[in-house]
Amino acid sequence: MPHDHNNEMSPSGHPYRKDQDHPLTYWQNLEIAVREILVEKKITTEIEIQETINEMDNRTPSNGATVIAKAWTDPSYKQRLLTNASDASRELGFDIGPLKLIALENTKSIHNVIVCTLCSCYPRNLLGLPPDWYKQRSYRSRIVKTPRTVLKEFGLDLPKDLSVRVHDSTADMRYIVLPMRPHGTENFSTQALEKLVTRDSMIGVGLPKSA
Amino acid sequence: MKNNNTEDMHSRWHDMGGKPAGKLEFSEHDFELWEKRVDALMVLASSKGYFTVDGLRRVLEDMGEKAFSEMTYYERWMASINQNLVEAGAYTLQELGEKMAEVANRGLTYGECNAQEIEENMNES
Repeated sequence: MPHDHNNEMSPSGHPYRKDQDHPLTYWQNLEIAVREILVEKKITTEIEIQETINEMDNRTPSNGATVIAKAWTDPSYKQRLLTNASDASRELGFDIGPLKLIALENTKSIHNVIVCTLCSCYPRNLLGLPPDWYKQRSYRSRIVKTPRTVLKEFGLDLPKDLSVRVHDSTADMRYIVLPMRPHGTENFSTQALEKLVTRDSMIGVGLPKSA
Repeated sequence: MKNNNTEDMHSRWHDMGGKPAGKLEFSEHDFELWEKRVDALMVLASSKGYFTVDGLRRVLEDMGEKAFSEMTYYERWMASINQNLVEAGAYTLQELGEKMAEVANRGLTYGECNAQEIEENMNES
């Protein structure tokens, strides 16, 4: 439980928050009340809620990395991914449900970036929950207008002759960036390639690690 | 309201693409248990047909810009989920009010007020 690790860092390198030990907020009070009412009315169960959280915790950017590395090594899979990314990710066990997923291929002339200007739509089936900055006004407002400036804040300084395309997600349609395979990885196994695929490279605010 | 920017006259506050904003804040946090539970409630309520992601967003967007700066992401979600569930007839405001009072009376912290954990702790000891 988080409150057992007050001064430690979590596996993802973030500080734990003392969520259990702070005074109850109004919204936490509401969450407990709504959850208990739904359980009492047999609309859901505590087990179902916990299973939903477990599924959430199991969806991490390593899902996306599996898809990307497969696309790098299997040309027919790459074609399927670019044709219908919902089906292609489902094929590897990462179901996006009824949502439409579109894979955007980075090339020598085009770099793709994804955003949700209206809220926080994100390819959760491949990347898990969105990072805090993805939901911030600063990213959502500026990435569509001054993408190169914003990307520089991420440490990504793209050459002028590389076109930057920003794709705005919707509630029903999500994007994933297919980054370029790093140079010098011709002999890499699919597993070794997966380790080079970062979350940020699949959002388009970063590049894969180099070989 | 006087507004010379025609673009702004047609877009609501949440439609923020292209609007001026400050630099990025890169701090990230691990989601708290209560936040994950809010997310799970949304997943379950929508998969069971009580409301859709459009219903979630309608309430979020109607909250206005002040809520965006004063409430956290999952606080806004919780408010919206609750409103949608009441509208869908899952429970009444009276039932909610009584349950919230009961929960608040259990203790001072989130952990203390969580009946499920109280039960688990009793089973362990």
